[in-house]
Amino acid sequence: MSLQILEKKDLLPFLENLMSSMEVVGVKEKVTGKYEFAVLDSPTQLCLDYDVTILPPKKYFLPPRETIFQFQIGQKTTCQPVFENNPRAIVGIHPYDLKAICQLDRIFSDGQRDEHYLARRKNTLIIGIDIKKASPYAFCKSMNSALAREGFDLWLTDIGDKFVVTVGSEKGQEILKKNARTRAASKEEIAKKAEIQEKIPYLFSLNTVTTPYEDLPKLLEAHKESKLFAELAEKCLSCGSCNLVCPTCYCFDVQDDLALNLSTGERFRQWDGCLLTGFAVVATGENFRKDRAERIRHRIFRKGKYIYEKYGEHGCVGCGRCAAACLPDIANPVEIFNRLKEGK
Amino acid sequence: MMNAPQLQLNSIYLPKLAEVIRTEQLTKMEKLFEIRLLNGQDLGHQPGQFVEVSLLGIGEAPISISSSPTKKGSFELAVRAVGNVTKALHKLEKGAIIGIRGPYGKGFPVEEMKGKDILFVAGGIGLVPLRSLINYVLDKRSDFGRVLILFGAKTPAEQLFLDELAGWRTRPDLEYWETVDRADGKWKGNVGVITTLFPKININPEKTVAVIVGPPVMYRFAILEAQVKGIPDEQIIVSLERRMKCGVGKCGHCQINHLYVCQDGPVFKFAQIKDIKEAI
Repeated sequence: MSLQILEKKDLLPFLENLMSSMEVVGVKEKVTGKYEFAVLDSPTQLCLDYDVTILPPKKYFLPPRETIFQFQIGQKTTCQPVFENNPRAIVGIHPYDLKAICQLDRIFSDGQRDEHYLARRKNTLIIGIDIKKASPYAFCKSMNSALAREGFDLWLTDIGDKFVVTVGSEKGQEILKKNARTRAASKEEIAKKAEIQEKIPYLFSLNTVTTPYEDLPKLLEAHKESKLFAELAEKCLSCGSCNLVCPTCYCFDVQDDLALNLSTGERFRQWDGCLLTGFAVVATGENFRKDRAERIRHRIFRKGKYIYEKYGEHGCVGCGRCAAACLPDIANPVEIFNRLKEGK
Repeated sequence: MMNAPQLQLNSIYLPKLAEVIRTEQLTKMEKLFEIRLLNGQDLGHQPGQFVEVSLLGIGEAPISISSSPTKKGSFELAVRAVGNVTKALHKLEKGAIIGIRGPYGKGFPVEEMKGKDILFVAGGIGLVPLRSLINYVLDKRSDFGRVLILFGAKTPAEQLFLDELAGWRTRPDLEYWETVDRADGKWKGNVGVITTLFPKININPEKTVAVIVGPPVMYRFAILEAQVKGIPDEQIIVSLERRMKCGVGKCGHCQINHLYVCQDGPVFKFAQIKDIKEAI
């Protein structure tokens, strides 16, 4: 991967150029100390020293609600699939969110390919940046997500008055060449980047899972009957906030929307959550996961066992958003994993 | 948002159009639909698989295929009116256009079952998916050993496929047993839940595959009866109901632990799921 230097003063012109050819999404400060991914009106809105955003960038690949196809009924029935293919760049993605996107890539291309997701992914340029500030709930060191490994087009590492840009794809290379003034990084600059990156995992030293990454499935299997799930269930509101903010939750519901003319409409999908009461209800009214404890266990097992067994990596990337979003404060995977380990 | 057919992207969620070519009211709650794909092709399913049925503007629902793949040119769905899609479906008659996706899921392991004695256990509407296999086995009768069918319905009025049941009662190459939970004035047969039929049959458990399909409450008891008969868990087969929204292993609704019912099932060997919480 080629390493380039982008002077900090050249970042804004780079983004301005980018904005002339595509929509540019970046991290903005929404209210003091709370950040969001949103379309940038001006590159000056970009905030690159954030800790975590309220929602992950997943919403640009799997929108909260999206049209799958439009239909016409009546004399002639037709269905026309809808794919979104506007070029877009997302600037400021952190490694844990990138890891989640790479996982969704696997899931949506595994077996039958979901081209609705994959078309957006293909048309999105990912410009990530190393973490400078840890969110109080994040535990990226434990989930191997403190540093980016794959899936980006360009990656920025802040080494003071300049960024080292790691070029991760041909598309990234082209975009950089066309839109930014860069030069090759020197040996000293590359060494500085390595030195900075080496320290990043230790930002999360205070918040760690006591069970090694590879051993989480065994831990969960051994404690599938644990009373902890019932204890957490007593406080759970079944609100689904933990699902809503999760970068790897991708479950969806599918519904139809018929226009008032009764002849045209659309089928859409929207985010759903396995913590919600009706998630596993069938038409006869039978609920196959009716107890809150079962739903909590299902979520935790998806994050620390099932996905790992299928894809070799965990469905939790350690962003800590669920822990921050949970009103009764029972969703924190670190606490759940560690309490299971301690047996209490 | 832009439509982009020029990219030649295919949506796995786009239904094929199909025509209802015959309907038959089976009971007060269940109606049969014979369906032909407009592209003229066979559905190409295995017994035990399901399709996603679309009524554009209403929604989509997973429905078991009730006909055997040995029947060509069209396929059949028998549908109970319980949800918004199925209730709307019941209002359709011959000539209606619907959407079909699939077939999806793993069907019954017919190759493994060849040469074995087959014990069918159907509870109520469980006969609908099981019929795809029963008719397959009867169409290829010489490939299988003894065929036993146990069928339980709540009342005589809730028995499905009456003409076929009448044929099974008299057919010499199968052993048919039936019961109802509650009799009416005309019923002269067995009365009692389906498990009361098990003591009446003699089987060679080593050679027998039990295929059990019914409502969730029936499984625990019927599986226990099959075990009491000595049938190994590897040879007890069930078909599970879940809310399969997408049918292609993405939406997450049908998950039982790590299993996706729409991909790994809906047909499972009991041995495969007996240690899995929430399965049955």
